[in-house]
Amino acid sequence: MTMAWIWTGMVVLSLAFGLFSGTLDQVANAAMTGAQSAIELSFSMAGMLCLWSGVMEVMNTCGLSRALARLFRPLLRRLLPEASQDQETLAAVSANVSANLLGLGNAATPLGIRAARRMAAGCGGTASNELCLLVVLNTASIQLLPSTIASVRAAAGCQTPFDILPAVWFSSALSVTAGILTAKLLAHWGGRGT
Amino acid sequence: MNFSSLLIPLLLSAVALYGLEKRVDVYTTLTHGAEEGLRVLLRIIPALVGLLTAVGMLRASGAMEWLSGLCTPLLEFLGIPPETAPLMLIRPVSGSGALAVASDLLSSCGPDSYEGRVAAVMLGSTETTFYTIAVYFGAAGIHRTRHTVPAALAADCMGFVASALAVRLFFGAK
Repeated sequence: MTMAWIWTGMVVLSLAFGLFSGTLDQVANAAMTGAQSAIELSFSMAGMLCLWSGVMEVMNTCGLSRALARLFRPLLRRLLPEASQDQETLAAVSANVSANLLGLGNAATPLGIRAARRMAAGCGGTASNELCLLVVLNTASIQLLPSTIASVRAAAGCQTPFDILPAVWFSSALSVTAGILTAKLLAHWGGRGT
Repeated sequence: MNFSSLLIPLLLSAVALYGLEKRVDVYTTLTHGAEEGLRVLLRIIPALVGLLTAVGMLRASGAMEWLSGLCTPLLEFLGIPPETAPLMLIRPVSGSGALAVASDLLSSCGPDSYEGRVAAVMLGSTETTFYTIAVYFGAAGIHRTRHTVPAALAADCMGFVASALAVRLFFGAK
């Protein structure tokens, strides 16, 4: 329902602004061309998006996600010490993180949910500190090759759509760190399990 | 020759060779993955139709500019280009909405402009926070989410500030 309110808000605000500042002609024109530009954008993104999904699939099949999961296991064991007691939870969390890194959102979500379910068992609807942290990790984007963004840039006529990679990595790292630190701090202040 | 013209062919060859070495049918797997990409795209096209219409109307009416103007003092203080204000507002709520706003911004400012790069980095380094929280806690049967939302939003805010900082660091000031 949230999107229904946002969408209606955007359209009504455009009408109000159009009436108020005399841009109604442009607004009407934009309303008629917007849908077309969505299809054009999707078409110009499609090739690159499909290619990189294919490359990611190959990397995944070659065992890259398993290797990444192994790589992140020690770090996750330190971040989520209680959940890591359970081998199956730890396996699901590390597979979730590695799928996120490879940009396989469709694979990452069910893995993360499996881990979240196990961590939520027997806590009566209240998120534990570690479950909060797991969700925060998933709301922060950690992606090695952000192919959707690269395809949007290519669709806009960019010759080197991947040149923002180092900047994306830098910014993602800072963002994830800020999320973890805030979660740890708030968990500390808020006391345990309340 | 620049970094990414070496990176992409090199990455493709490396992945293919490594796959063959692991006895993976690289080509079939690639096409399978491409099919998955097409499915993702099919799922977001209807949302893009709705959202690009609304975003286009907002821009044409002048409301987008007014919204950016409203946030300018705060954003300039943080070193963030004010043009990205609508993107930051919609980013935590809707993934396809953010894609629509970013693509609108890329075509109006140019993909290699300072604003365009910051918008792309923002899109790449943040997630659809509220959607993710709803999916995870919904599936796990959690009602009291405690400090998840503030911590996730702190990560988003840091991501936005860091995006502008990263573009200045790696591409120089505007």
